[in-house]
Amino acid sequence: MSTIVEKPHLKEEPERPPTRLDALRSLLGQSDLGVLPILLGLVVIWGIFQLANPHFLSARNLTNLLLQAASTGTISIGLVLILLLGEIDLSVGAVSGLCGSIVAVLNVNNGVSGPIAVLAGLLAGLAIGLFQGMWITRFRIPSFIVTLAGLLGWQGTQLLVLGETGTINLRDPFVVGIANTFFPQLIGWLVGIIFVVIVIVSMLLERRQRMAAELPYRSRQAIIFRSALIAAAMIGSIAVLNADRGLPLAVIIFVGLIVLFDLITRRTIFGRHIYAVGGDPEAARRASINVNGIRVAVFGLGSMLAALGGILGESRLFAVNQSSGGSDTLLNAIAAAVIGGTSLFGGFGSVWSALVGALVIFSISNGMDLLALPSDIKFIITGGVLLVAVTIDAISRRMREVRGR
Amino acid sequence: MEASPRTPILELKGISKRFGAVQALKDVNFEVFTGEVVGLVGDNGAGKSTLIKCISGIYPIDAGEIFFEGKPVTITGPKDVGRLGIETVYQDLALCDNLDVVANLYLGREAINQNVHPLVSPLNEVKMEKRAIEVLKTLSVKLPSPRRVVASLSGGQRQSVAVARAVMWNSRVVLLDEPTAALGVAQSRMVLDLILQLKKQGLGVVVISHNLADIFEVVDRIIVLRLGRRVGTFMAGSTSREQIVSAITGAEFGEVEENNTANGSEGGMAG
Ligand SMILES: Nc1ncnc2c1ncn2[C@@H]1O[C@H](COP(=O)(O)OP(=O)(O)OP(=O)(O)O)[C@@H](O)[C@H]1O
Ligand SMILES: [Mg+2]
Repeated sequence: MSTIVEKPHLKEEPERPPTRLDALRSLLGQSDLGVLPILLGLVVIWGIFQLANPHFLSARNLTNLLLQAASTGTISIGLVLILLLGEIDLSVGAVSGLCGSIVAVLNVNNGVSGPIAVLAGLLAGLAIGLFQGMWITRFRIPSFIVTLAGLLGWQGTQLLVLGETGTINLRDPFVVGIANTFFPQLIGWLVGIIFVVIVIVSMLLERRQRMAAELPYRSRQAIIFRSALIAAAMIGSIAVLNADRGLPLAVIIFVGLIVLFDLITRRTIFGRHIYAVGGDPEAARRASINVNGIRVAVFGLGSMLAALGGILGESRLFAVNQSSGGSDTLLNAIAAAVIGGTSLFGGFGSVWSALVGALVIFSISNGMDLLALPSDIKFIITGGVLLVAVTIDAISRRMREVRGR
Repeated sequence: MEASPRTPILELKGISKRFGAVQALKDVNFEVFTGEVVGLVGDNGAGKSTLIKCISGIYPIDAGEIFFEGKPVTITGPKDVGRLGIETVYQDLALCDNLDVVANLYLGREAINQNVHPLVSPLNEVKMEKRAIEVLKTLSVKLPSPRRVVASLSGGQRQSVAVARAVMWNSRVVLLDEPTAALGVAQSRMVLDLILQLKKQGLGVVVISHNLADIFEVVDRIIVLRLGRRVGTFMAGSTSREQIVSAITGAEFGEVEENNTANGSEGGMAG
């Protein structure tokens, strides 16, 4: 959202003198610290695992970690949209498994070409989401219940689709290529540079526009600081990826989708209405927003992103089986969204939580795998992290409410 | 009083609305003319907000007809009402707490960059913010920044935002459900002045308030609801506060007043 740092007009509030935290906030150009605390948490997690196992921060392991995060993270993008609405979708794991299975069965068992099979999988996801969304809005049943039924139903459908075989191995170059294509070093750097340039130019353009309109605009220091942060993060990531096999296509897809949906949620009418419905559905309705239309569309998108996550997952593992999309897929996807700072109560959050949260979740699980911790311990720790994240969410919601009156 | 019968800009005939066992409105007629301020008064639960919401398309009516500029209109939802040029300040404000002031002012009619396809056109935040600052300034609404999230505003500030949202759209009729309930003296003054300004611009204005002093200050006509019925109509200029109070409470008129058009205070009859 456009943010205010220099205030040429509108100096009304006689507020307390600025603290160092305020200075940091204004450098970041936002009123709260956003994802910063979670990024710090990520640094701590990485530090601990690196101390415990020196392979943790190796280029090979970080690349693997990112690839793991990409598939569940893509599911999380859809969940963020649904959480922004103030709804939940418990079927995303099952949908990712079912749609992955549809792709595999079409491609391997029925000889359908890779791209068509993938397209069919995505459309199946879209159809499932639209169906659930319409059921929820038509009969006014909480999304919790409808998608819980979906979880079971789609899991059953997945078993049905997979049939006797159980496991299907993928060989199709297109399907396998989605998560196993790595771009050469030069391309990696080019993509990184283009991304950073676009971000900086759009910040400068926005500043120029706001200046021309005599609106408060971001200070030069804030822009330099942000640009430096983004450039540093980009250089670091590309350098690490290039030290291994190069920039993976799956990461481009994942981050590209985040950028796309971030723009959609923050810069378009559709996105604004998603936040409005999540904030207060009745107020949105009175503002003549098509509340149910938005809900159905977002459930459709959410399931389609879940399907894509499933496809990324099977592509990475060269196979799909009866437990694909099962067990902890759903919980990891929800945990990632919430840890990234998207509220379970609707109306607050950002698509970037899918990236940050997925990194946190998969850093923990990857690190525990490296340490060869038994799965009982892993479950307990992951559960604890999720509990902490939702508690922080609940507390910050209370704080927003207290501040509100 | 004008001799020729004018057509009301907004007219309701025989509106009834029932919530389960509660008959919130019973056969209510209602009218407001251009350049007129109507005060809608009545006790708690009399049906004032329900009437407003029936006009705004929030509640479907059980029976009755709605006319706009003399022509019958069907209202199926808030969108139809916005298209007619009717704006509402709801008693519960109906703001999205999680959005900032600019986003709330433009909710449902966001400005977009015209030169791109609507599906991909980004929100025109600069235009919205600039206009929002102007509107807030003309209403003397004091906010630290129009980019403040509504949840962080005081009750009065929110109410000011809700009023601002209703009056910034070149509308024809504005309905205000207790617009000054949370406001301080100065801010109430602003809203009352604003109502007079809207009247001068030729809008039809309906104000609900429990504050009879406010009502008497700005309105031309007072319509009294009691238990879902219209029990009286008074010209503000020739009516005493006591008459209004007794109409509200039913002290004087008892149960006789079934009729919407006539009542004891003939001297003040409208239209
Ligand atoms: N959504 C609803 N569901 C059920 N009953 C309702 C609903 N809205 C209003 N009512 C009932 O209709 C009657 C009229 O309510 P309304 O809100 O119109 O009163 P009001 O005149 O605005 O009162 P107040 O001055 O307290 O705001 C009340 O008895 C109320 O309980
Ligand atoms: Mg009311």
